[in-house]
This record gives sequence, C-alpha cells and structure tokens, in this order.
Amino acid sequence: MEFEPVIGMEAHAELATKTKVFCGCSTAFGAAPNTQVCPVCLGLPGALPVLNKTAFEYVIRTAIALNCTITEKTVFDRKNYYYPDLPKNYQISQNYACIGYNGWIEINVNGEKKQVGMDNVHLEEDAGKNLHPETGGAESLVDLNRAGIALMEIVSRPDMHSADDALAYMETLKNLLQYLEVSDCKMQEGRLRFEVNISMRRKGEQKLGARAEIKNLNSMRTALKCIEYEIKRQTDILSNGGKLNQETRLWDEASFCTRAMRSKEQAQDYRYFPDPDLVEVHIMPEWQEKIRRQIPELKDAKLARFIADYGLPEYDADILTSSKPLATYFEQCQKFHNNPKSISNWIMTELLRELKCREMEPDDCPVTPRHLACMIKMIDEKTISGKIGKQVFSEMLTTGKMPDVIVMESGMSQILDEKEISAIVEKIISENQDTVESIRAGRDKAMAFLVGQIMRATRGKANPQLVNQILKDKISIK
Amino acid sequence: MSLKRISPDDVRHVALLSRLRLAEEEIPPYTDVLNSILEYFAKLNELDTSSVSPTSHSIEMRNVFREDIPQPSLPVDKAIANAPEVEDNYFRVPKIIQEM
Ligand SMILES: [Zn+2]
Repeated sequence: MEFEPVIGMEAHAELATKTKVFCGCSTAFGAAPNTQVCPVCLGLPGALPVLNKTAFEYVIRTAIALNCTITEKTVFDRKNYYYPDLPKNYQISQNYACIGYNGWIEINVNGEKKQVGMDNVHLEEDAGKNLHPETGGAESLVDLNRAGIALMEIVSRPDMHSADDALAYMETLKNLLQYLEVSDCKMQEGRLRFEVNISMRRKGEQKLGARAEIKNLNSMRTALKCIEYEIKRQTDILSNGGKLNQETRLWDEASFCTRAMRSKEQAQDYRYFPDPDLVEVHIMPEWQEKIRRQIPELKDAKLARFIADYGLPEYDADILTSSKPLATYFEQCQKFHNNPKSISNWIMTELLRELKCREMEPDDCPVTPRHLACMIKMIDEKTISGKIGKQVFSEMLTTGKMPDVIVMESGMSQILDEKEISAIVEKIISENQDTVESIRAGRDKAMAFLVGQIMRATRGKANPQLVNQILKDKISIK
Repeated sequence: MSLKRISPDDVRHVALLSRLRLAEEEIPPYTDVLNSILEYFAKLNELDTSSVSPTSHSIEMRNVFREDIPQPSLPVDKAIANAPEVEDNYFRVPKIIQEM
C-alpha cells in the first residue's frame, strides 16, 4: 500500500517594527532580561493596549503579496491559556476576522512550479522566553522582553506532499517576507519559526489521516529532518496496520526524533472572544491601495534592474537577488567601488561559501560591503593580486579588520617593481638549469613549474603578468 | 428560546480552565449561579435584533492606532517588583515541563 504525506505549515514571523504591537517598548534584540517591558506587556491591571499602525500595515502588505482577500472589518480576539511566558493569561490574536484569507504562493520544487494555498494571515503578539537552566533545577527563568512583539502568523493549506515541497515553501516564504521588508526572518534569533502539520493518506484518496503537529523547529534544516522522520514514522505504523492519533509532538534535536507531548485530559480550549480593549479595524479600499503602492521592489524587478543597470549576466543577477539581504549587500559594495562583475564574482564564491557554512545572513558577516569593496578596489589598483585577495578575505572574516590594514600589517602588497622581480627570476633560473634547458628544447609546460617557484619565493606577492613576461624574456634572451 | 443548561461537569471543566480549585460541595451552587446567568442571556435573546448588524464592540470607535515610536520602558527593578521570586532580573517560576 502506498501512502502520500499531506503537509501544511504555520509560519510565525516577528515583524520588523521598532516597538511592540500594543505598547511602545523597544524590540531591539539581545537586551538584558526584563528591561524592555512596561505595564501593558507585563499585563499589569488597568494597562490598555494601543495598536501599532506599522505592524498592522505590514500584515496587510504581506496578505496582499500572498494574494489574499483582505477582510474589510477585522477584530482582535483573546486566546486564553496559562503559561509563565504569557503574563496576561491570554494572547491577543485574531480568530474570527483575520486580516487576510484565501491566498496562494507559487513555489519552485526542483524546477517544477506548484501553488500552495494560504488559509489566512493574521496579527498577534509574541510570548516571552522561558529559560530552563542547564543544571536541571526545579525552576524556570522568564524574560518578558519578547512578550508583546508583533508576530505575524501565516497559515498554509495542506497542499504540500514531500519534504522538498515543504523546504521550497519555507524558502520562498522567507524570501518574500524579506523582500517585503516586513521581517528580517533571522531564524537563529527566533524571528521566523515554523510549525508543521503532517498526516498520511492512501494515494488517490481524499480522506486525511490523523495528523501530527510538530513544534520547536528552529531552522529549515531541522524542519526538513523532522518531516522526513515523521513521514517514515507514520508510514511504518500504518504499514504495520497500526493506528495514528491526532497529537502534538516536539522535535528533539538531541535524539533526532519527534516525541509526543503529554496529551492533556481535555482538548485545547482557548475560549476565543473579541478583546474589549481593542476596537475594530476597518480596512478601506483606499488604504489597501496605498499599502499596495508601498510594496518595495520584489525579486523579479530587481533581477531585471541588475541586468540592465550593472550589465551583469542573468546567472549572476539571479544568484544575487536570490535573497533581499544578499541583493542589498551587493548594491552596498557597488556604492563603495564601481566594479559590478568583480563584486558579483567575490560574492558568488567566497562570501556565499562562508555564509552557508556559518549559517549566517549577509548583514551579520564580519566582512561588510565596505570591507569587500575596499579589497576589490585594491585588486583593481594592483596593490594586491587576486590570489592574495583570498588570503585577505579569510583574514577579514576572522579579524574583521579592513583589508588595507591587513595588507599593511602582513606585507602582502603586490611586488610591481621589475628590478625586484628580475632578481628573483634570475635566482630561480640559476637554480633550475635543467628545467630551463627543457623549456628551450620545446617543453613549454615546464614554464608553469618555474612560475610556481617564483611565486613561492615571493609568497605569492609578485605580479603574475610581470613574472611571466620577465621569465620569458630571460629564458629566450640567454 | 430554549437554552442548553450547564451541568456540574461543565462547571468542573470551566474551573479547571480558569485554574480555580473548587471543592466538590461548591459545584452545585456554582452550577445554579452559572445557569441563572445564562437565563439572563436567554432573556436578552428574546429581543428582535434581526435589523441590527452584528458587532464585536459596544462603541462606535474604530481604527485607533499609535505610531511606531519607542517609548521608555520600566526600570528593571520596577518591572520585577511584583515577582514572587527573582534570579538575575529574571522572573523565577516553577519549572514547566511541556513534554513527556
Ligand atoms: Zn511594553
């Protein structure tokens, strides 16, 4: 019997607003515990929430970009549950009248285009953070700096049928949110989180099996591993005639599997009701239109512009616009030093390789656009060779120093002085008479060996064109 | 208009959801009280509201916003002043184990 996975996803993105969604507390990341809290986000009696307009508009912007129908009259509801990171004992969310419904997004799965439906897009508030000390004590520590940060929830339809579909969906959505400038989507800082719903059904049937909801997925890699694990787990149980329960499971990174959460005696009962502290928000067509016009340049437009304005090959432009932060990185480099193709080459090779292996966003890289542009300028001005550039690059990565400082401190400047190079060439020739003879006898390939020796003697600093030219002159003249 | 009556089990469920510890002998009086509240709503239901559009609020106000401009937060000692227990400026609470 063949089974097919049916996968839906919930994405939570913290919005890139300066303040929380219902109070003026700062959202800056990494502040000392409980320093960005006030009576509203602490849930103190009598404190009243007031909606952040920017946060609300960011959700409308996203809903428009996800092809949703925008709700004319939206309402905020209270979702009631008890947890130490939720000071009011309810989360302000939207349940009865979300901002957007019934959208879709196009994903590209290994070259095949597919559509994933959107059930809804809505605005809510984030909870605080619970820390469980490593020592395994009987207590948890709570930091409420995150409590009340604007959180956008995007709920997909169960339209995905493989781990690849899910990965393409996550990447496409993250990309879009970054391009829309509504969230920086830094998953390592928890600003974009995914939850997966997954069930199996017999191929060709419509009826869905019992689904597992998996939380605690803090990276796309984790989500992918978890989906693959669940597909196998559920298939194994069903193939052996077993039965699955609808349940919530947690991904356990240490043991590399999902585990069922203790099932509560009664089903979740959030008792949603409209929050009397917040009034309705009506989204009039003019307002919608204004927001639509504020949508920033998206990937396709940027790609076309990179080709037209910078004369880049389509291949380069496609990679550089594969994410908004990368495209921004490129354009910042270009501002410091005008050499688009060279900048593109360095980004596509050295930078992307390092970002990938460090799982880092471009704007977190110690090699800033100013670093990279300044280094390429030094190459273009022949202060250093391209090969030395690679050394300088890795030095910038570890130390964060500017390239001119690195070159000066370590004496990496290119040798352009012909006399100096001549002296070294002569020395190498005299040490390798046999090779020189064989070159004169027609073995041109041995030239490379001599060039290598000269470059080694100068620790790669000699200008390669000069070396080649001087070497050829000396061998044939003699 | 007939109304579904609240049973003692409903009261136990609501008490649990509200984290209220009710003694067994408290269940019957609360069942009666909650039912009398529901009866009052049944009375409201007798009104003909067919010409009134539904609303989530009793006031006409809508679209109330603030601009995205940071305001000072509380000093941390004030923020944690009411905490039953504190450690390094964190609220310290009994460990919540969500799994297993
Ligand atoms: Zn606050």
